[in-house]
Amino acid sequence: MNTVVLTISKQPELYLETENITPDVFAGKSAEEIAALNVYEGNLTHTLGEYFTVAGGAGDTAADTRIEVKGDLTRVKWIGAKMTTGEVVIEGDSDMYTGAFMEGGKLLAKGNVGHFAGLGMKGGDLHVTGNAGNYLGAAYRGDWRGMMSGVLRVDGNAGSDIGTFMRGGEIIVGGDVDVHVGTHQEGGKIVVKGNGKSKIGGQMVKGDIYIFGSIDVMMPGFAYRENVDLEVDGVKATFEHYIGDLGERHGKSKGETIYGHLYKKL
Amino acid sequence: MTKLVTDVVCPFCGTLCDDLEVVLSDDGKKIVDVNNACAIGAMKFLHSQAEDRLTRPRMRQEDGSWKEASYDEAIEYTAQMLAKAKKPLMYGWSSTNCEAQGVGSEVGELVGAQMDNTATVCHGSTLIAVQDVGVPGCTLGEVKNRADVVVFWGCNPAHAHPRHMSRYSIFPRGFFTAKGHRGRTVVVVDPRPTDTASIANLHLQVEQGRDYELLSALRVAIRGNPLPDVVAGIPKETIIEVAEKMKNARFGVIFFGMGVTHSLSKNHNIDIAIQVTRDLNEYTKFAIMPMRGHYNVTGSGQVWGWQFGYPFCVDLSRGIARYNPGESSSNDLLVRGEVDAVFVLGSDPGAHFPFNSVKKMNDLPCVVVDPHITPSTVVADLHVPVAFVGVEVGGCAYRMDNVPIETHKVVDAPDGMLTDEEFLEGVLKRVKELKGV
Ligand code: SF4
Repeated sequence: MNTVVLTISKQPELYLETENITPDVFAGKSAEEIAALNVYEGNLTHTLGEYFTVAGGAGDTAADTRIEVKGDLTRVKWIGAKMTTGEVVIEGDSDMYTGAFMEGGKLLAKGNVGHFAGLGMKGGDLHVTGNAGNYLGAAYRGDWRGMMSGVLRVDGNAGSDIGTFMRGGEIIVGGDVDVHVGTHQEGGKIVVKGNGKSKIGGQMVKGDIYIFGSIDVMMPGFAYRENVDLEVDGVKATFEHYIGDLGERHGKSKGETIYGHLYKKL
Repeated sequence: MTKLVTDVVCPFCGTLCDDLEVVLSDDGKKIVDVNNACAIGAMKFLHSQAEDRLTRPRMRQEDGSWKEASYDEAIEYTAQMLAKAKKPLMYGWSSTNCEAQGVGSEVGELVGAQMDNTATVCHGSTLIAVQDVGVPGCTLGEVKNRADVVVFWGCNPAHAHPRHMSRYSIFPRGFFTAKGHRGRTVVVVDPRPTDTASIANLHLQVEQGRDYELLSALRVAIRGNPLPDVVAGIPKETIIEVAEKMKNARFGVIFFGMGVTHSLSKNHNIDIAIQVTRDLNEYTKFAIMPMRGHYNVTGSGQVWGWQFGYPFCVDLSRGIARYNPGESSSNDLLVRGEVDAVFVLGSDPGAHFPFNSVKKMNDLPCVVVDPHITPSTVVADLHVPVAFVGVEVGGCAYRMDNVPIETHKVVDAPDGMLTDEEFLEGVLKRVKELKGV
């Protein structure tokens, strides 16, 4: 695998949009060609080379390309967005849309990411070692198909609205989350190892939510079923099992009504 | 002899009353009195008559004092500021007509602006919810003529839309509502005992920030599923009673305001309230409507809807229209330092935005177009006073139920003053020259 190393050399006055930083775009390009790619600041178009030093070179294919992005990236949006294969490693904190609409490959963010990380994710592996903002793995505005597939792991805390309209894949948050987990969820699995607040599983149709810590206020549409012993993300424990949201429509399969499942660790 | 102008439209709140009468002086130049309007509506007309009103633009000096400028100078300054900016914010667009909103959109497109209107701190969350799940709506005329169950959720029309209740929602006798308020069941959901709540048949004093849970509980009750004993501070018996009242309505409507759009859960509150409405349509006819504030904020969403496909938070910086409240919303843009110039028209963010945002407006080049001296003009570098839309110039406005109504000119603006539209036309012409298009 060939590696391209990008190091931010100049901070933008406003913010940079860098959706070109993906193995798919870099594949088959030399350092000079990569430096000539576009980045955007407001209504101006600049080259990547004006803001980053570029070292190394890309592989012939995206799958064979690894990108390391270094420096203070807190004013840089869209790193790794829409990537389908290959690898991106972010050494530091990045801003909004990190790994948004990602379809495959591996993205490792060694630091915090801004809001909308993994938005509308369709596949691949997104791992954030720090904290994430709001709308982690949620649907893009107006889209009823949120995260479809892939694994989105955050070691720290996440904000509100995680997994909105989620239909598949897995979100694992190591720490605490803010309100609205899995709103309108229609599939997939959300694991919160820390505490939840309230509005968990509201309008949920299908899928699973596991909360290891506390829940401040339960949604009224969740009914307790029984205690179950489960192994969740490597942890064996007893969980209270609830079904819901009983205020929401639910389909049937083989004569059985399909509900969303909420598991709260004892 | 004074002159009486009838069928005047009130350009203040989203109720857009169209039955006002304005009494003019003998020469037809001065407004003497306003009939039929509520107190805030009448004041809008009478304010335009203030003796000390500004009639020419004024530019901030180095020492902080103001200096009078001509409209040409104001146009030049505005055009230069917008054309030079990498990412200008063009905010407001609510207390003006659709014609001005149209010209403003053209300017925004040319300079790659962030276009945002007052929905951003008001019913923007409603617009997000409507985009997510759709909306079963109706007109205010249908409410007047048909509604027998009226729910006010997180809104207080007694103060914010004073004639709403008498013209449409509670008191009027309509075609199928001959008994007026005696034939209507009024439910108010509000943590506070408001004046609107005082005339309700039922007041649910929901716990602050738990509207989402209560709306969800209504859905559970409508489906006949089991509920916890108390939800959001309301006993389950009451929730079931309200659900039954709603199911048994002949025609019901939920009006909602900023008590739900900007409390915890925001767009999710509206999303689930729309779902409640949709559930009820399995049993009867039910509609839901936001109590829009500024008289033509709805119009600004309409104009941008047809121009750009999005009703607020439109990001034109990359030559296409993008939209994502949370990123392209005015306060996020200002607080995060995403914009480098601010243009305000038809709103007063200085009074409504958080202090951190207003501070940024103060630090950035800032033009405010407003007939009044406001908290926003205090942080502006250029203040452009203009004619009062709906009083000194007519134009199209959209009522809160999305019905377009043509407003009328009642008197002339002071000599030589421009309207919003004329000022923007000037800016557009100059921006075109600067951009070479
Ligand atoms: S209710 Fe609204 S539109 Fe009607 S007169 Fe009062 S301020 Fe004007």
